[in-house]
Order: sequence, then structure tokens, then C-alpha cells
Amino acid sequence: MAACEATGRVTLFAVLGLTHIVRPPFYGRAFLRALVEIGYFSLPVVALTAVFTGMVLALQSSIGLSRFSADSAIASLVVLSITRELGPVLGGLMVAGRVGAAMAAEIGTMRVTDQIDALTTLSTNPLKYLVAPRLLAGIVALPLLVVVANILGVMGGFIIAVGKLGFNPHTYLADTMRFLEVGDVVSGLVKAGVFGFLITLMGCYHGYHSRGGAQGVGAATTSAVVTASVLILALDYVLTELFFTK
Amino acid sequence: MSETPKIRLRGVTKRFGDKLVLDGIDLDVAPRTSMVVIGGSGSGKSVLLKCILGLIKPDAGSIEIDGQDVLRLPPKEREAARARIGMLFQNGALFDSISVADNIAFGLLAQKKATKAEARQRAEEVLAQVGLAASVGDLSPAELSGGMQKRVALARAIAAVPDILFFDEPTTGLDPIMGAVIDGLITEQVRRMGSTAIAITHDMASARRIGDRAAMIHKGRIVWEGPAASLMDSGNEMVDQFTHGRREGPIQMELRR
Repeated sequence: MAACEATGRVTLFAVLGLTHIVRPPFYGRAFLRALVEIGYFSLPVVALTAVFTGMVLALQSSIGLSRFSADSAIASLVVLSITRELGPVLGGLMVAGRVGAAMAAEIGTMRVTDQIDALTTLSTNPLKYLVAPRLLAGIVALPLLVVVANILGVMGGFIIAVGKLGFNPHTYLADTMRFLEVGDVVSGLVKAGVFGFLITLMGCYHGYHSRGGAQGVGAATTSAVVTASVLILALDYVLTELFFTK
Repeated sequence: MSETPKIRLRGVTKRFGDKLVLDGIDLDVAPRTSMVVIGGSGSGKSVLLKCILGLIKPDAGSIEIDGQDVLRLPPKEREAARARIGMLFQNGALFDSISVADNIAFGLLAQKKATKAEARQRAEEVLAQVGLAASVGDLSPAELSGGMQKRVALARAIAAVPDILFFDEPTTGLDPIMGAVIDGLITEQVRRMGSTAIAITHDMASARRIGDRAAMIHKGRIVWEGPAASLMDSGNEMVDQFTHGRREGPIQMELRR
């Protein structure tokens, strides 16, 4: 029963937040600030994650595939794994840890210091000013981050394949492109958009409803990261079923 | 015929779970009057202000501003009624992600009462009215002392020249001299703008300085109302115990041992 209530509250919060994205007034500066915070400042952590994931993937798959004399499949395995799954999922999890926590802490602090009530008294809807720009920024920023993660992940695989496993660079890149389809990239980007929405939704929701001073803000931060991470993994399965199961 | 109260509360009741916080509050505040509400911690003072502001919806009762029941207004008109109220929060509640000037200009821009340039000019004017230099406008709220933050919060509350002002513990956390300065600024601004004010406080010196009238709230009910000047010799046992800080009396603190 409590889970149903919580789901209902989150859904209502999400719907209200989304409707405020398309209803004026619009807070362009708040959106740009959130976009920079989510997108630009998450670049280093997402880039490092992608490069190392690509490297590990190439190394592990070479160990496994060499047993079947299928080393030539490394390039396609790396690019498909990165674009379809690991780019959006690992990128989403890293951003959930970095941005979701910060967002919940910022909005939670605003809640417990009466800043959200102050917004209301100054004729400003807190959902419109605090939540809608962040939701939109999350939906826009994550796919952009995943584009970068895809490129760097493939580059990580390329470094190991060429530098350590002795692949011909031209052959490796040709194999990479040969098996990659537009749908692989697009499905990953759609997942990223959904994950961006989930991360910002959880950060905003838990921050907005935090209670009880510093302890409440701390609990909101933890809840934002945990729920966003679990939802990313669960929704990843659902979206994979939708995109790739016929 | 007596003047219509600026603010009239009748039977305002609010319950959080099992706890009855407001138990049928009746209160009238005449126009251009400063009403001070005193009472112990958890007696419902802040909830009362938040109910009038529309931040919390009461379970029962009516809240009239200028004879209009604001609880039954459509959202747009409710928002317009709220825009006529300036609020000084207990801890200032300044937005720490924007500058002091932007904090002060925030309401003016949100209510479309000024352009950006006009709002900036108005911010400098009100900063001067609360005794701060225009250069303070470029600082972040985190760079200000507690007293300066209170003054900026007061500047933000009065920037749109509201006809009703609320003050939630305006002197809490300030030294006695700074407390007196803030009280002086509040009194001066309220008189200058001809506003109606409600202040809630624990500080008896502050209550007498700010208030024309005073009311005491205890266990969610108004137990006394009278001139603020008579707070220290009201003749009411509860008020006397509270204002003189006596341990013994009709008010018993619930202490667990």
C-alpha cells in the first residue's frame, strides 16, 4: 500500500514537472545552469568510465572469443555493447551518483531553510523554477553525454585491440562500422534520455520532500541516488525488451 | 461602525496526524496595525502564518483578507492575494545561488512589476532603506553576517511595497543591539508603507517594540489579546508566566525524564 502511494506521488510529481516544461513562464537561465551542471561537469567522470569500459570490454572479449577463434568479432562486440547498453547505463549510473545527489542536497537544503516557501511567497511556482528546468536539462544532457561516451568507449576498445592485441587499425575500425546500425545508437540515446529524466526526477523529488534538517537532507540524497540507480537498471531491461525483442 | 479588519481568522483549525496544531483560531488584525503573536515553541505560531500565506491549507475555518475569504479563491486570485503579502522568514531564506540584488529583485520580476533595470534600481533603494550600501547587492548571501542577511531579507520582503507584512521570529539569532536595529527598521518600514503586519516572536523586548497589539497562542488557541504595551502586566496568568519566563504557572512544559 505504501509503495503504491509512493509511486502515485512520484508519478504526480513527474507529470506536474513535465507540464511545467511546456507552460510559461520559462526559466532559460535555470535550464542552462542545470544543463552545464549535468552535462559539462559530468563529462570527465563519464569520459573516464567510457574509456576504461571500452578497454576492459576489448580485453575480456579477446580472452573469451579467442577460445572459439572468433577474435574478429571483438570490434563489433565492443561497439554494440557500448552503444546499446554500457554507454547509457554506466553513464547514467555515474551521473546519478554525481548529479542526483547534488540535486537532492541543493533542493533539500532549500526546503529545510524555507527557500522553497520563500519562492511561493514571491509569486514563483517552485515546480516551474526548480524542477522543470532540471528535468529538461537531464533529458537533453544525458544523450549528449552518451554520444561522447560511445565515441570514447569505442576508442578505449581500439587502444587495447591495436596496442595490445595486435589488430590492424583500419580493419578494426572497418569492423566497428560494418556491424553498427543507426538503431543501435538511437536506442542507446533514447535510453539515455529516459535515464536523464529519471535521475533528475529522483533528485528533485527526494530533495523537494526532504524533512528534518541536515539528517533529512542526507537521507534525501541517499534515496535519490539509490532509487535512480535501481530505476535505471530496471528501465534498461524494459527498454531493451521494447527495442530488441520481436 | 467599526473598520473591516484587514485580516480576519475564524475557527482556523489544522491537524497534522494526531496532533491538533491550530484549534479554532479567531483573530482580527485592523488595517495599518502591527499584531505580535507570542507563544511557546510548537504552539502553532508558524503554522498560523503559513495558513494565512496559503503555504498550508487549514482543515477548517475561514481566512479573510479585506473581507475576501482567500481559502475559497480560485488559484489565480489566490496567487494575486499572496503577492500582496511580504514575508520575512526566520532564517532569512535568501536564495544562495543568486546575488543579494537578484534576491531583492526576484519578486518584482516574478510579478512583472518592473524591468530588470528598474528592479535593480529598486533593489538599491531598499538596500539603502535597510541601511546597506548598494555594493552589497553584488555579494552572495553566504558572504553576509546574520544581521546583514536579516536586513537583506527585510529588503526583499518590502521591495514590492506589500500592504501586508509577516515577520517570523525577526530577531532570532541576533545580538540584542542588532535585534533592536532590525526592530527599528521593521517599525519604520511598516509605518512608512502604511502596511498591516503580523510578527511572531519569543523576544518580549522585540514584541513591545514592533507591536501595536499582541496575542498569545497556546495549544493552538488564542488565550489572550490586548495592547502590546500591556504585555508585561496583562493580568493573564499564562501571558505573565510566558513574558516573565517563570517555570511555575498554568503552562506546563512536557518534559520526559
